[in-house]
Parts: sequence; structure tokens; C-alpha cells
Amino acid sequence: MGIAETYSRGREFAIERPFALVLGVIAAVLLGDLLLGLATGQTQFADIGTLVWDGLMRGLVIGLAGIGLSMTYSILNFANFAHGDYITAGAFSGWATTYLIAGLGRADIGALLLVGAGGSVYGGTIGIGMLSTPLAVVAGIVVAGAFAIALSLGVDRFIFKPVRNEDGITLLITSIGVAFALRYLMQFVFGSDVRGTTAQPPSIGLYLIDGTVFIDAHDITLLVIASGLMIGVHLLLQRTKLGKAMRAMADNQDLALITGIPTERVVRSTWIIGGGLTGIAGYMFILWKGTLGFNDGWLLLLLIFAAVILGGIGSIYGAITGGLVIGLTASMAVLWIPSAFARAAAFVVMIVILLVKPSGLFSGRSTA
Amino acid sequence: MSVRDDIAARIPGGDAGLIVLILASAYLLYILAGIGLGYDLRGQLNSIATLTFYIGIFAMLSLALNLHWGYTGLFNIGIVGFMAVGVYVMALVSKPVFVAGGAAQVGGLGLPLWVGIIAGMLAAAILGLVVALPALRLRADYLAIVTIAMSEIVRFSFLSGNLQEFNLFGTKVGFGGGSGLILDFVPPLEALFRSVGLWGVYLGFVEAFQAIVPRNPKPVVDGLIYGALLLGFVAVYFWLLKRTGESPFGRVLKAIREDEDVANALGKNTDGFKIKSFMLGCALMGLAGILWLMPQGAVTPNFFRPRVTFFVWIALIIGGAGSNTGSVLGGAVFAAVLYQGPRYFQNLVGTVFPNLDSPSGFGQAISPLISQFDPVPLLLYTVDSIRQLQLVVMGLVLIWLMHNRPEGLLGHRKETASVISLDRPKSMTAADGGTDGEVRTDGGVTEDDSTAAVEGGASDE
Amino acid sequence: MSDAANPPVDDVANEGNDDALGAFASGVETTEQFPLQVEGLRKSFGGITAVDGASFEVEAGTLTGLIGPNGAGKSTTFNLITGMLKPDSGTVTFNGEDITGLEPHEIANRGMVRTFQIARELSDMTVLENMMLAPKQQRGEKLWRSVAPVVRDDVREQEEELLERVWEVLDFFDIDHIAHEYAGNLSGGQRKLLEMARALLTDPDMLLLDEPFAGVNPTLEKKLLTHIHELREQGYTFLLVEHDMDLIMNNCEHVIVLHQGKVLTEGTPDDIRSNEDVIEAYLGGNV
Ligand SMILES: Nc1ncnc2c1ncn2[C@@H]1O[C@H](COP(=O)(O)OP(=O)(O)OP(=O)(O)O)[C@@H](O)[C@H]1O
Ligand SMILES: [Mg+2]
Repeated sequence: MGIAETYSRGREFAIERPFALVLGVIAAVLLGDLLLGLATGQTQFADIGTLVWDGLMRGLVIGLAGIGLSMTYSILNFANFAHGDYITAGAFSGWATTYLIAGLGRADIGALLLVGAGGSVYGGTIGIGMLSTPLAVVAGIVVAGAFAIALSLGVDRFIFKPVRNEDGITLLITSIGVAFALRYLMQFVFGSDVRGTTAQPPSIGLYLIDGTVFIDAHDITLLVIASGLMIGVHLLLQRTKLGKAMRAMADNQDLALITGIPTERVVRSTWIIGGGLTGIAGYMFILWKGTLGFNDGWLLLLLIFAAVILGGIGSIYGAITGGLVIGLTASMAVLWIPSAFARAAAFVVMIVILLVKPSGLFSGRSTA
Repeated sequence: MSVRDDIAARIPGGDAGLIVLILASAYLLYILAGIGLGYDLRGQLNSIATLTFYIGIFAMLSLALNLHWGYTGLFNIGIVGFMAVGVYVMALVSKPVFVAGGAAQVGGLGLPLWVGIIAGMLAAAILGLVVALPALRLRADYLAIVTIAMSEIVRFSFLSGNLQEFNLFGTKVGFGGGSGLILDFVPPLEALFRSVGLWGVYLGFVEAFQAIVPRNPKPVVDGLIYGALLLGFVAVYFWLLKRTGESPFGRVLKAIREDEDVANALGKNTDGFKIKSFMLGCALMGLAGILWLMPQGAVTPNFFRPRVTFFVWIALIIGGAGSNTGSVLGGAVFAAVLYQGPRYFQNLVGTVFPNLDSPSGFGQAISPLISQFDPVPLLLYTVDSIRQLQLVVMGLVLIWLMHNRPEGLLGHRKETASVISLDRPKSMTAADGGTDGEVRTDGGVTEDDSTAAVEGGASDE
Repeated sequence: MSDAANPPVDDVANEGNDDALGAFASGVETTEQFPLQVEGLRKSFGGITAVDGASFEVEAGTLTGLIGPNGAGKSTTFNLITGMLKPDSGTVTFNGEDITGLEPHEIANRGMVRTFQIARELSDMTVLENMMLAPKQQRGEKLWRSVAPVVRDDVREQEEELLERVWEVLDFFDIDHIAHEYAGNLSGGQRKLLEMARALLTDPDMLLLDEPFAGVNPTLEKKLLTHIHELREQGYTFLLVEHDMDLIMNNCEHVIVLHQGKVLTEGTPDDIRSNEDVIEAYLGGNV
């Protein structure tokens, strides 16, 4: 229905130039404010370092989870609002595994499987951590990925597939139904309390001009795993036949159909890759921040949408870059605005991007 | 567009009949449940008042959303943000001025309630404008993301300590932050009746009500009257939106929903229409939020979670987007069955089996089932957690609807977008009675064309 | 002016109906000799230059043909003229006013209305609703007028007038029997008719028709052409994109040939018929 036309008109809607100018001015003011703070000693370099590191970590989680969202968004043509709850589901399944392995014999199995629902057992008490219980963590990562894959395939088969030929909005509304059903089912099973999941991991302090930036073992784990998976996906899409088929489908579904690309298999692969990354992202998110609640994925989802749109729907590099930008924004915004508005700042960045460049930073480079 | 079975067609009275039937059965069920619960008259009246309250609220919200989505095709999933802004601004304007040592942490501007309500609606409309100006040109899914992000920004903002209290016109006001805001203005009914000079009459009526409810009848009467008042508001919303829809204005909105470019190419300033429609809907959402929270005594930001938006969407989809009648019906069905129903069921179970000790967590609930095949604890836990499970059920209902009946309860219902009936005016008669019914526009019957001025004629390929 | 009171007549293409159409031909003024002037229009999509410096004029009161092989840039030119797309460079002048870069509705309100190559009916609206949408300056398009009690009577009055006109046009286009049908249920040809009928109801000075006869049966096509000629004589100006060469040659006073986004040549049908370049362009050779 002429979306493309409406939309290109929209972009030209007198915002391009004046808007860019305003943005430039705002950026300059913010930077000036920061430099002034540094010069007067009100802001410390080490504080900034800490925030940058924090934002980087957050950005990796968002980017990793964003790849899956971006892939399904471009290949199946709908915004999946259940994606956040796939993250939570992956996290709960993975953490149940970690608790079970780390705490076996030391606590009731039921309590462990429910990730210490109702304060029945604490992750800190069992001493969970990458260095203290490596096996439990690795097993948790694997299960989180596998469970999220199974979940997304199951949901696709029984819920999305029957309406896949409808428009994107029908699928979007359906996915909202999935999101609520999943989220509150998890609350029913795991309870609504936010529990601490890990013991304090060992950390090293890096000296930065006027203070210390602490980097702990879980930061490093997140960094290694996230970058490893990102490189893996890149290779998969670039080097394999499946990757080519997926890129073709993201570009033009009808054409892909005509040229005989096995659509259903590509769709399944999309859910498998996207679901796996999403589940692992959920697990790593919890490992990194050390707490777990049934709302975590949903709260992250809006930031992920921001990242995916920012990067350009369908582009995995876009999702990663977008994730880092959004993560850094959410973390560093506290330098200028009250922390309560930090999340709002990330949304504002997204809205600004939608206005200035709705096709995203990496537009036209689908799933590549 | 297959002809789905139209439920209303099978019921005498059509749409109106269906609405009456559904409302009557809902009330009947609640009264029966009340009897089951052993409610006395007071309990029954309270339960009816509560049911009416939610029917009114969800019908209003669903009507407002229908203007956005059903008529204009604007995918707004930030409804709760507009409600929150409405309520908070109303509170800011109408709360009494701060006095040190009072119960309230912060005060308001102390203006009359109606001023606050108008201010709240205006604020919601202005927020709508702020969202609309940049976002209306975006694709529907982008608008969805922007609106929901906006509603979360609103919630975080009211949660933040920075807006907890500040000075406005020299008095200490604020939004109370995470701990909430006491709504310590004159109760709405009192304000209403006082403003028309009927407060004494009302109190007399309450007095008389003692014949039915002997002890302290005021809360019961208040509830019933407020419920009735909300139904009045539903009627006003319905009237307003029906007129909006059945007009040249509504016609343009419908055209925008179908194909914005076409409306634009026909000379309609589509952006202007979209902004007006969006702002009107937002103001109505703000008012519904105000009416919902005004009598509650307090408001906290976390009331305004996205799930409220989700409720309204389910209500609209149950009724069928695009139809005002459907919106009201959807709101009523949602309120009676999905929203209040499970809570009643919970009460019912609690009354039938008093002193039940339900397990405190899923673990305690499930382990007897596994070890001793004892399902009772799990059932008890299920009933106890009905407020969460209710959302699971709603999610499943939404999925079911999208699979099986995306056009809603009333079927594919479209209300004609014009002030008058579009039948051929009586003053005109069909110019070509002879060929009626034949397909003549393409590939149809050929007839003599005596006025053909074209030599050579047209070749057909 | 209206024949609303006239008795019914048998022949669909009778005079009474012609008068009916005349009802919306009022108010056409021919001030300029060339109401539409296009100067150096360019538009590219990524690598493809769809319109590449096209310049032409359309004379008032003519039926001008715009032809060219598939992909020549005809529809894109329409989009650029009517504001659906913004040109990379070049200007469009209508009735002496530079309208380059205006919004489509602003251009439509200046009296230039287009139809779409692929008919864009408003599917979930009935044919009648589609038609009632079109007329300009409807009082009820102001929200408050549609809602406020007394003022709404004015709106109603205007709706009644519009409705008569709409039915006249429906009769004329021979789609009155599907008036209550949802537009989405129409056949391809019927959609084309609906589009043209809708465009005429906006009371334009100039109509841009993008392949209006595709899917319309020959009889009706003939009838429509007759009426296009009548309207033209009353002062309407038409720019017509059509692949049917005979139709163009037999009906247009002037023909513009577009090829690869440029005006290849223009002239009378006879000039075009004998032009080597045109033949070559249509045969797919590079010119
Ligand atoms: N929105 C668009 N994006 C990208 N390319 C486009 C777009 N619109 C048109 N084109 C390209 O521009 C060129 C001209 O297209 P246009 O539709 O104007 O041709 P046309 O003369 O109307 O052809 P036809 O006779 O087939 O209707 C074509 O190569 C087409 O693929
Ligand atoms: Mg074309």
C-alpha cells in the first residue's frame, strides 16, 4: 500500500537538514559539558571509563539478542514482541540448569530447578560464578540456547505459521499475545521476585588517569562468548549456502520463492539461529548483571528494538552496532541526566534515528 | 472477505439485541456468583457496581482505540502512557494546595476538579501531538514501537525522584515518584453534585437508601452511581465517535487506513487528519484514565504498565476493530469475562472452600503432585495465582482470536462513513433500468453505442 | 444543470447523462495556453535513472498522449508531477505556478488529479464511500462541523448534494449496480472505472490518466473516450498514458514519446507514426 512512497516522502519531510543541524548542536553541547566536567574535576575519567565498559557489556547483550530479532524481522516481516520473553525463557532454563549442577546435594532439587523461587536458595550461597562453577555455567549456556531454540520453533509451528500469510500487523498482534502468555506463565512458575544469581566474581582493577575501572570475570566471559558467537554468525551467513539463502530471502521473499529456495527450511534455520543467540544472550545478561526476574527480557526488548531499527532491520552488523550504541547511550546518559531517565534516553535515540534515517545505519545490506 | 457467520444476525434485535443479551447474561452470571458467594444485598450491589465500573472503563478505552486503529489505522500501543499523563496532570491541577504537616507529601494547584480533568485531557492530547508529529509518517510497526517506548518513558518519568516534588507557581507540587500520589481532592461524585447544587439531594437519596442497605449505605450508592456515570460517559464517547466516523471526516480517516497515498492524491491533507484523529483519541484515553483512577484515592506509576494497553487491545479485537458497536461490546465482554471473571472465580473458590492453605510457591505446589500424585496443592496455587494466569489466558485468547476470528465477535462489520444513507436518492431514478444486474463494465454485454465519435474504434488486446 | 429530474432513458450513453457529467465540468477556466510545463525533470532510484531530464508541455484543452516502452519512466513522471515523489532536479509548473515539491494534496487541490496505473481502490470501503470521499471542500471534513449538533445539518445538506452527483457519475460510468459493493471485491476493470470516476469527482482542471483502459471492456472504453473528448471540449486537459498505439493515434492531438527517461520526440500522431526513432525504441534497440 505504497508504504515505500509514503515513507520516502516522510524522510524528506523537512527534517533531514534542520534536524541534523540541531542534533549536531546538541552533541556539541553534551560534549562540551562533559569536557567542562572533566576539566573542573567534577567528572572523573575513571567514572567515564566505568560507564563506557558498562555500556559496552550491555551493548553486547543487546546486540547478541538483537541479531535474532533482526533476522526474524527481515525474513518473516514482522516485529516479534515475544522476543523479549524468549530471552527470559532462555535465561530461566539456563539458570535452572546452572543452579541444579552447582547446587546438587546442597539444596532441595525443586528449589534449584525453580532458580531459588521465593528465596528458597540463593545463587550467591551456592557460590555460582564462571570461575567457581565453570561447568555449571557452560551447561547453563548450552541449555539456555537449546531451550530458546525449542521454544521459538514450537511457537512458530503452532502460533505464527498458521497466520504467516497475513500481514505483518496480524503477526505482530499475535506475538504480543505470545509475549504476555509466556511472561506470566514464567511468573506463575518462577514467582515474581528478582533473585540474585551469582556470587561476587573476582575482578581486576585497571588504573585510568584518576581512578580505577573494575573488570570482573563475568564481563570477560560475556565479551568472549558474545564476540565468538557474532563472528560465528558472520561466517555462517557469508560462507554457507544456508547463509546465502537467508540473505536472499531477507532481500526479496517472492524472488527467493521463485528461485526455488526452500522457504520453510530457511524460516526454520532463522528461528534456530536467532533463538539460540537469544537464549544465550538471556543467560549471559543474567550472568553479567547477577540478578534474574521475570520482567528482564521484556524490559530489554525495547532497547533491542531500538538497536535493531538503529542498525537497519535485517543487518546483523547493524544489530551489533546498534546494540553497542544503545547500550552505551543507556549507560552513559547518567553523565548528563538523572539515572531514572537513562533508559528513556536510549528510546529517544531510537526515535531520533527513526526520524532521521528510518532505514537504519546499515540499510540495504540485508542480513549481511 | 468471506461472509463469516454474523452472530448478531441470529439474535433478535441485531446489534442492540446482542449488546443487551451479553450485558444481561454478564450481570446474571455475576448475581448468580454472588448468590454462590453468599453475598447479602450489599455485596451484590457492590459486585454489580464493580462490574459496571470496568465495563464502562474498557468500553471507553476500546472506543478511543477504535478511532486510532479501527478508523485511521494508527497502531498505538502506548495507550497507558496517555492515560497516565491524563491522571497525573489532573492530579497536579486539582489536588489541594500543599500544607505542611498534611497527609499528602506534595500538593497541587487546588483548582476545581473539572479544570483538572480538562487539563489532563489536554495534556494527553498534547503528548499525542508530540508523538504524532514525527511518528505518524512511519510504518505501522515503527509507530507501535515508538508509542510503547513513549508509554514506558512516561512511566519511568513519573517513577523518577526528580519529578517527585517541585515548585510550580510558588507551591510545592509533584508527582510523588515511586511511592505514589495521594488523590486527596474532593471525591468526584461530591464535586459533581455540588457543582450542580444537588449535593443535598444526593445525600437525601443516600439516606433513603438505608431502607435497602441499613448500615452505611454511602459507599454502595457511590459505587452504583459512579458506575452509572461511567455508562453515561460510554454513551457520550459512542455518540461522539459515531458522529466522527459517520461523516466526511471519518471518510477521510477510513481512506487513510486503506491507502494513505490515495487520500493524499485526492487532495486530502492526510497528516492533518491523522494528527486530529490521534489527538482526539489520546484525549479520550486520558479521560478514561482519569475516570478509572479518580475514585481510587491514590495512584502509582507502576499501575501504568504496558499490560493495561494490552487489555484494551484485546477488548477491541474481541469486539472487532472498525466498529463502534463492536468496541463497546468488546469492552463489556473483556471486563466481565477476562478481567473480572477470574477474580470472581477466585472469590467463589475462596468462599466455597474457606480456610484453604494454598502453597506459597510453585515448588510447594507441584512437588506433592510428583511425589504423591496429589493435584490439590497445584490447583490451590493456580487459583491463588489467578491474577497472573489471567494474563496467560488473555494472551492465549488474543492468539486464538488472531487465528480464528481476527474480525471480532460481530464479524466483518463496517459502519458506513457518511452522514446520510448512501442509497440512491429518491429524487433520482436509475437511468438504465433495462440492463440492471448484468455485468457491463468489463467483458460483459456489448450494446449499441450510437454516440461513438471515435473513428477506427479501440482495439482490444 | 442536473438531469436528476429527467425521466429514465434506455441508452446508457444518452444525452441526459452527458449533461450530468457537464455538472462537474463547471468552473473550468482556461487561462494559460500550457497549463502543465515540465522542465528538466530527473529522478533516480539507487542506480536506475527512471526519469532523466524530461521536458515537455501540455496544451490546454487537449488530450495529450504520453507513450513509451515499459520502464520508460511514464509512471514515475506522473509521480513526480503530482508530488508523490520529489524530483532530484527539474521543475513542474501548473497554471503558471511552480508546484515542484508540493505535497500531493496541495497539487490535487490546485486542480490536477491523477489515477494510478495499478488501480488503488480503498478496498474496505464501498464504491459509494470511495466516490463520496473525492469531492473537494467538504464541510464535514472539519471535525467539529461533523460532530457539533446544529452545524452537522449543513454537512448533511452538502452530503445530499454530493450524493446526487455521485450517483450521476456512477450511472455514467455504468457502475451503479455495484455501488454498495466493497471496492476490494471489484474486478480489475471496475476498479479502473472507479478510479477515473473518483478522480473526476474532485472537479479537476487537468487529469493525468495512467493506463485507464487496462481491463475495461471495449464498449465502455469507447464510451469513456467519447466522454473524455466531450470533457476536453469543455476545457479539461488530459495527459494520457496508454500502451494501445491505435487508441493513442486515433484520439490524441499531441503525443509525447518517452524513452529511457528522456523525451525522445513529440508531435502529432502522424509525426510519431512515421518516426524511425520511435519504432526503434519500441523494438528495444538503443537509440
Ligand atoms: N520506487 C521505485 N524504486 C526503484 N525503481 C523504480 C521505482 N519506481 C520505478 N522504478 C524504475 O524506474 C523505471 C521507470 O519505471 P516507470 O514505472 O516509471 O515506467 P513506465 O514507463 O511507467 O513503465 P510501464 O509502461 O511498464 O508502466 C523502471 O526501470 C522501474 O523499475
Ligand atoms: Mg507505468
